Amino acid sequence: MSVSPDALVEIAEEVQDQQPEDSGSGREIGNRRLRKEDQRLITGRTKWTDNIVLPGMVHLAMVRSPFAHARITGIDTSAAAEAPNVIGVYTAADFPEGLGVCANAWPITPDQVTPDHLPMVGERVACAGEIVAVVAARSAAEARDAAELVDVDYDELPAVLDGMEALKDEVLAHPDKGTNKSAFWKLDSAEAGTGGNVDEAVAAAREDGIVIEREYRQQRLVPAFMEPRSTVVDPTGEQVTMWTSTQVPHILRFLIAATTGMPESKVRVIAPDVGGGFGGKLQTTPEEFITLAVARRLGKPAKYTETRSESLLSAHHGRDQYQKLTLSATKDGTVTGLKVDLVANLGAYVAIVGGGVPVLGAWMFNAIYKFPAYQFNCQTVLTNTTWVDAYRGAGRPEATYAIERIMDELAAEVGVDPLEIRERNWIKHEEFPFTSVAGMVYDSGNYEAATARAKELFGYDELRAEQKARRESGDPVQLGIGVSTFTEMCGLAPSRVLGQLSYGAGGWESASIRMLPTGKVEVITGTSPHGQGHETAWSQIVADRLGVPFEDVEVLHGDTQVAYKGLDTYGSRSLVVGGEAVVRAADKVIEKAKAFAAHLLEANADDLEFSGGRYAVKGTDKGIGITEVALATFASHNYPEDLEPGIDADATYDPVNFSFPHGTHLCAMEVDTETGASRMRRYVCVDDIGHIINPLIVEGQIHGGLVQGIAQALWEEAVFDDNGTLVTGSFVDYTLPTAADTISFVTENTTSPSTTNTLGTKGVGEAGTIASTPAVVNAIVDALRDRGINDIQMPCTPHRVWSAIQGAGGAMATPAEGQPHFHEDAPTNADPGTTGEGSAQ
Amino acid sequence: MTRISVTVDGVKYSDDVEPRTLLVHYLRENLGKVGTVIGCDTSNCGACTVHLDGRSVKACNVLAVQADGHEVTTIEGLAEGGQLHPMQQAFHEHHALQCGYCTPGMIMQAIDILKDNASPSEEQIRAGLEGNLCRCTGYHNIVKAVSAAAEAGAGSKAGE
Ligand code: FES
Ligand code: FES
Repeated sequence: MSVSPDALVEIAEEVQDQQPEDSGSGREIGNRRLRKEDQRLITGRTKWTDNIVLPGMVHLAMVRSPFAHARITGIDTSAAAEAPNVIGVYTAADFPEGLGVCANAWPITPDQVTPDHLPMVGERVACAGEIVAVVAARSAAEARDAAELVDVDYDELPAVLDGMEALKDEVLAHPDKGTNKSAFWKLDSAEAGTGGNVDEAVAAAREDGIVIEREYRQQRLVPAFMEPRSTVVDPTGEQVTMWTSTQVPHILRFLIAATTGMPESKVRVIAPDVGGGFGGKLQTTPEEFITLAVARRLGKPAKYTETRSESLLSAHHGRDQYQKLTLSATKDGTVTGLKVDLVANLGAYVAIVGGGVPVLGAWMFNAIYKFPAYQFNCQTVLTNTTWVDAYRGAGRPEATYAIERIMDELAAEVGVDPLEIRERNWIKHEEFPFTSVAGMVYDSGNYEAATARAKELFGYDELRAEQKARRESGDPVQLGIGVSTFTEMCGLAPSRVLGQLSYGAGGWESASIRMLPTGKVEVITGTSPHGQGHETAWSQIVADRLGVPFEDVEVLHGDTQVAYKGLDTYGSRSLVVGGEAVVRAADKVIEKAKAFAAHLLEANADDLEFSGGRYAVKGTDKGIGITEVALATFASHNYPEDLEPGIDADATYDPVNFSFPHGTHLCAMEVDTETGASRMRRYVCVDDIGHIINPLIVEGQIHGGLVQGIAQALWEEAVFDDNGTLVTGSFVDYTLPTAADTISFVTENTTSPSTTNTLGTKGVGEAGTIASTPAVVNAIVDALRDRGINDIQMPCTPHRVWSAIQGAGGAMATPAEGQPHFHEDAPTNADPGTTGEGSAQ
Repeated sequence: MTRISVTVDGVKYSDDVEPRTLLVHYLRENLGKVGTVIGCDTSNCGACTVHLDGRSVKACNVLAVQADGHEVTTIEGLAEGGQLHPMQQAFHEHHALQCGYCTPGMIMQAIDILKDNASPSEEQIRAGLEGNLCRCTGYHNIVKAVSAAAEAGAGSKAGE
């Protein structure tokens, strides 16, 4: 069939006639647009990886180690190989060339101890769940049945599980390495020239001031995305195609090529519909490499989908830090110094950015406060546990928790309201841009505005009055108010900064815009959404920029053949970096099309104005629409001789700075002092995330983030028994919050636009998670502070709260149960501060 | 192998299945009804929720043979004549989904809640959704969507 250009013009005109009147008028940004993504998701027309069925496809089941640390003395696969419809059973020995490597992309120091992380091991397992064999069969059920028949002999080795134990180097996670210590990383403001000497500050405060020392435990969590990970590999044809439930198709493709030797151009990675990630799917996984290897070995498509139990054990975990903070202040509560010592448990291997996650805290512990002196020390250690990496917030929730907890302790010590102590120390709105003691330049913010609004929405004074009344009446149900005035760094990240930190990649993002002849617009983004709504938000941005209808914009992503260049989605970077790349690509299209418009209008390009999708000759009613220009360049019958006929454009944007969202979160908790049960009464947050593209999506991100952070405070913890078996290995024991556990939230925004990107956006994906954990724990502690309780270890289960109440006979609380300390003689968690009298008001 | 006849989303199917086959696997693998998904192996998550003779069940908790002679409705069979079910529409309008993985189960369960109680309180909605996990939304907008659907009279539709 051939279509004449004239017919195309007609089609395009028809299309334009159908456009709704109010579209393309520069009003998309800020609209509560309902999501484009929803239709397929609410009707079940989804493309989850596990849905994919291909001719001749084999199904895989993994044989995993039940032991945390063991030598493999023999593997007998014969019974499994005989089982019905089994196509093959493979061990590491069957792949003498290897299967690729689960690489660490961020060695935080040049001498970091980084054990080789191979997808399948043949000699020694270093954590439970490690894969020792794989079965390929005609159905998933047959593969699983046969996997049970693989007979592996293990010689158990002593295992080290806890970070503080690992530090002692008595039991080694990897005996060949000679130590469990992976890397030590330090930031000192005096050495860096960004502030004073913290030891001097603390010494001075010990003489005449306040020193507060606290130890906090960041328990281990599981990201627990709802869609179990799944990978399908089709090796037929010239190119190998991998569909996988990942946040990082581009990084995965690169690392497959880099570690298997396959030419990158022969590998296509597709992230179809992906059911959540929260950092948990930014790994290059053993399962992906194994599925690839088996498919290539058999020359047949192969699929692997994990069970939930496998997921909880084998997908990477998050958090797991011991934190020690020493805060110095003058007697009136003006902070003078902060020293942070961290021990971060990396698990058995240094995951893709596992070593770097705790280090991200280096720039965040100082938070919104004007510490004149600061030191951050981080020791990462290896253990025989599931590897640990980014989980929503990645390093920043840990830091925020600790600083927001200890600011409450300072308030208690000084005897003022927690908000007052914060205000005394935070950066004032007129002080931006502000260079922090950690060397970050905070470009914008207004802590006063967010806090004032949050107090108002919360009914702060009324709730304080109620708290007082309940205390006075001896109500068994006490009320606590928790404050969290957080900031975070988003928009990962300026590539040069990452280079200085030895990060293995850049932090740019890519976008392309294709102007189709029929007036439709395709936006290709290097970000890889898995619930965030990029299809909707990017459409809004482009609709405004190009003056085309929202409905006419199609966003393509998550397929390395379509979006060949990208750095994917994590670290609240997608809008701030990827969205800005989209803006720049659109601006290039506008600029390119202008020359064609001038030519078609027989006008001088300088006399053209672009607005609402139209180039108009200033002072006349002559003009031409950008989609008309697109059609004209498609026909190419008439265009300037010195130009190529095309107005599509690519942009790669490398941010110049991070962005710094902030907010004030207020939480009221009712604590039943007789049972230890706590109940959330009210939660209000006012977040300043800069300009908002779609308020509906923003609210959703905040709500979801809040519940994940609240879950850390109250419910979730990944627990290993003494043998290294994950006790919380199913959803029966790893207790995700349900609708019945949670409440509805009050969310609002104040706006101080980011000054480092065109849109003025800051990022919102992690804000709720980062802010809410300390708000909740501060509230529980606040409810009980008059009993001398100044800490409860997370998750604050009724049992822990009850135990703290029982132990709180006098002025001091018992230390949080079971919490190891940095030094045997270190002050307990109930360190009384300089006065020795405890911090009860 | 056992012979079963099941009506799924209005279409009658007859198949030989292994007695151990779970309904959710039968739907996904035999019938290609992949709109219904699997989120766990302990019947905790509710992602697999469908209606069996009009009431919600976790399809990972029912054997395919138990559905023999019965009627199953999945998320794929909800919209009628291209018209979204009011609950689907409410989920869309209130941004009650992000990644969408829990959504089929949530919608099926939400409809079931309204069958018992056409105008539930927030607390009753939350209690009714207790067996369905969502990691993305924090439930806030799901609860809002269900209550909006109830107000719009989805309960009467659900009862049909
Ligand atoms: S798959 Fe989780 S309850 Fe059925
Ligand atoms: S929307 Fe992702 S799990 Fe509910």
